[in-house]
Amino acid sequence: MVVRQLDPAEVDRVFAALADATRRDIVTRVLRREASVSTLARSYEMSFAAVQKHVAVLERAHLVTKQRHGREQVVHPDVATIRAAARLLDHYEELWRGRIDRMSEVLGDTREGDAP
Amino acid sequence: MTVVDTIKDTDARTLTVVTELDAPPERVWRLWSDAGQLSRWWGPPSWPATFTAHDLTPGGGSKYHMTGPDGTEAHGWWRVLATDEPRSLEVEDGFADADGNPDDSLPVTTMHVDLAPVDGGTRMTITSRFASAEALEQVLGMGMAEGMREAIGQIPALLAEG
Repeated sequence: MVVRQLDPAEVDRVFAALADATRRDIVTRVLRREASVSTLARSYEMSFAAVQKHVAVLERAHLVTKQRHGREQVVHPDVATIRAAARLLDHYEELWRGRIDRMSEVLGDTREGDAP
Repeated sequence: MTVVDTIKDTDARTLTVVTELDAPPERVWRLWSDAGQLSRWWGPPSWPATFTAHDLTPGGGSKYHMTGPDGTEAHGWWRVLATDEPRSLEVEDGFADADGNPDDSLPVTTMHVDLAPVDGGTRMTITSRFASAEALEQVLGMGMAEGMREAIGQIPALLAEG
């Protein structure tokens, strides 16, 4: 599986797309099993049009793809983008852990430790 | 060093990291107050930080830049809101332009650091608070963190299922 890099504009779109709980839920659902827009719409207390809008936002962020299947539009996850986004998140999570590791190194350096 | 806990609170727009360090609070304080020591841990290895001005007293502040692998400099600033040496400090951290002037269009993070003595060491609690829910969601992606982790956690099993 190729892990692709996101450019800054893509990062913005991905973060904005996933800032919404319904859209996160849609991504989680279609990762489990691809679903038609109408199936998704039945899962939420909102109109078909509203769910369709959410799917469109996810599509623009390349988090999902939509394929026509007869009369249905089936939503699939875009695993490459989801993975790339996850790597970014890991980066943020690691920021403070990295800082704390380096703090310990500075503390372990006795010359620094003895400094006033 | 042990990271004891990390707590994300989307409603309060905070990320809290709790860690225990093997040195008393007076020593840990200097990690924050000494520009040289601070410069050694603030930036990641690929983007080392240099604090060119640093005054950790209320009303004081700092200027720093981080230098990337290709020589690009990213500038930032601190504004000191409160200090209680060696127990706590609160600073704002923001972005700056190439001349070091604060860039107001980018989000500001408030950091509260608490140093509590424990068994000859220090329990350090760092709480980062974001200016707005938007800054939190978009800049650090906390909101997506939980959902994404859940989603990502399922990928290996999903892929195995074909």
